[in-house]
Amino acid sequence: MMGKSRTQALLLALPLVAFIGITFVAPLGSMVLRSFHDPLVAEILPKTVAALGEWDGGALPPEGVYALLAEELKQARADRTIGRLATRLNRQASGLRSVVSGTGRRLARQGAPPWAEALPRMNKAWGDPEVWHALAQAGRRVTPTYYLNALDLRMDADRGVTQQPEAKRIYRALFVKTIGVSLAITLLCLGIGYPLAWFIAHSPPRRGRLLLVLVLLPFWTSLLVRTTSWIVLLQQQGVLNSLLTWAGIVADDQRLTLMHNMTGTFVAMTHVLLPFMVLPLYSVMSGIQPVQMQAASSLGARWPRAFRRVYLPQSMPGVGAGCLLVFILAMGYYITPALVGGQSGQLISNFIAYHMQTSLNWGLAAALGSILFVAVLMLFLLYDRVLGLDRMRLGS
Amino acid sequence: MSAWRAGPGTWALRIFCGLGFLFLMAPILIIIPLSFNAEPYFTFTRGMLTLDPDAYSLRWYEQVLLGERWRSAALNTLIVGVSATLLATTLGTVAAMGLSSPAMPWRRTITALLISPMIVPVVIAAAGMFFFYSSLNLTQTYTGLILSHAALGAPFVVITVTAAMAGFNSELLLAAASLGAGPVRTFFKVQLPILSPGVVSGGLFAFAFSLDEVVVVLFMAGLEQRTIPREMWAGIREEISPAILAAATLLILIAVLLLLALELLQRRSNSDKP
Repeated sequence: MMGKSRTQALLLALPLVAFIGITFVAPLGSMVLRSFHDPLVAEILPKTVAALGEWDGGALPPEGVYALLAEELKQARADRTIGRLATRLNRQASGLRSVVSGTGRRLARQGAPPWAEALPRMNKAWGDPEVWHALAQAGRRVTPTYYLNALDLRMDADRGVTQQPEAKRIYRALFVKTIGVSLAITLLCLGIGYPLAWFIAHSPPRRGRLLLVLVLLPFWTSLLVRTTSWIVLLQQQGVLNSLLTWAGIVADDQRLTLMHNMTGTFVAMTHVLLPFMVLPLYSVMSGIQPVQMQAASSLGARWPRAFRRVYLPQSMPGVGAGCLLVFILAMGYYITPALVGGQSGQLISNFIAYHMQTSLNWGLAAALGSILFVAVLMLFLLYDRVLGLDRMRLGS
Repeated sequence: MSAWRAGPGTWALRIFCGLGFLFLMAPILIIIPLSFNAEPYFTFTRGMLTLDPDAYSLRWYEQVLLGERWRSAALNTLIVGVSATLLATTLGTVAAMGLSSPAMPWRRTITALLISPMIVPVVIAAAGMFFFYSSLNLTQTYTGLILSHAALGAPFVVITVTAAMAGFNSELLLAAASLGAGPVRTFFKVQLPILSPGVVSGGLFAFAFSLDEVVVVLFMAGLEQRTIPREMWAGIREEISPAILAAATLLILIAVLLLLALELLQRRSNSDKP
């Protein structure tokens, strides 16, 4: 009997498990795969890459390798895959884009063996062992390149891992910034949300419901609408600046820059995430009896002490849920910083989107995404461990 | 009641909370009058402030409601939203019933798996979906968008229906069975009517998600599948036109309707309970 209902329960869950598996888990898996698996070079230059595998890594590869490269580059140009190859190799060592495409162009018109002399004549880079090392590196199907790049590191010709040049170090600082901003926004939401939730939870029921609507309406309003509103409010010719100018606090030619910078990201993200703090706090606080505080104060405890000893501990589950939720959401925020953050207000997600859509460096996007994914996953497990996912509630 | 709040800062608390509620609501309220602006500006004109009727107009609403671009965006939003919601609600409700059974094995793990689409940042999910669906030739198709939105919306259904199941008296199932009803009949005649507020609110959450989702659409949709959020994104990023304020006002109206619907559902499910 037990076995039968076990199977029955499993069978009920199975369709969604399979659905999520195919439509969500598999995509995540393909992203993680792409962050370290990159067969492009090995597919376009299979023979060259194989021959380079036998190369002892000495001064320069033998004539045979040069000949294979010439043959395969010519083929790649005919197949029109040389552009992708050049882009990919340029990521391995900058400058290789023009070397590869230039050599391809010349090979189409001229060139004869011995290739070990012809290729360096077409582009002297082929006489540089470092270029061949880069080619051998890029030829590996499993590559640490993207993770290294995501951590501001790179692989050198002598196979040592070194720091990127100063000007190209962005991502470590960006991760730190994302965590810092998320923490700050979480604290800001807690600071504003705790009193709000308290006020709603301990108002008379009718007023409490009304006030709750003031939190729920923003929660239900489209994120893009709320972001648009902040643009209307914060821009230089916007409502807030006009108000300040009209009141004479700010001169007309010195309107404040409130968006397209970090301020914009902070204000708009706090607004968007505040309901996620207030709602869990409210649902915990509305279960706390205010009589207990009265009892504590009638026993002589002053207000701060009664609050600290009686109320605060009981509200902690709400604080934990709200903070974790806001922090997790803030870590992955994309839309709001993209629209009101300008240059300085961008977070890690914005760079993932940038590499997905603009630079088309998908491997790097996948590596950055995988790192962020692991971070969020750990927070998610923490949430489950501390608060239990199966007790999660939505709304009021 | 008053004794414990009459501690330090009753007034300070009230003023603070007043400002807090203002912070929450002002951005939403400010957009409504601006959407009637007769001028193509994002700010109040002198005429609007002096309540000159000529400073107000419905031209942006005309553009949104009658323009080809917004109309096709609305249609796309509806197609994707409704299909994804139906898919997510069906699968989510059935799964939640399994999860609520006391005999369910690996409950914690399976719950975590089913809720994970809600927690993983959408940018990551969208990137993965782009890679995976493009290998199946599903990018730039309705199918791809619907599947993605259904996956990301399903957790809302799982959570609300599981919550509704928690209040479900399982003896009713035995009663139905003892009266000779088969499992299918029991489900449709007994279980579903009682759970329906939970199911419908889960569906509303899933629909609201799809209605607001822009990242997956940005990564995956082609020109043919542009939705309302996608048009708004374009409106903010590419050309600032008050038409997006009119669209925003309409979306606020939808949010109010969704909120009202949920409120009614909640009242109903509360009055159902003994």
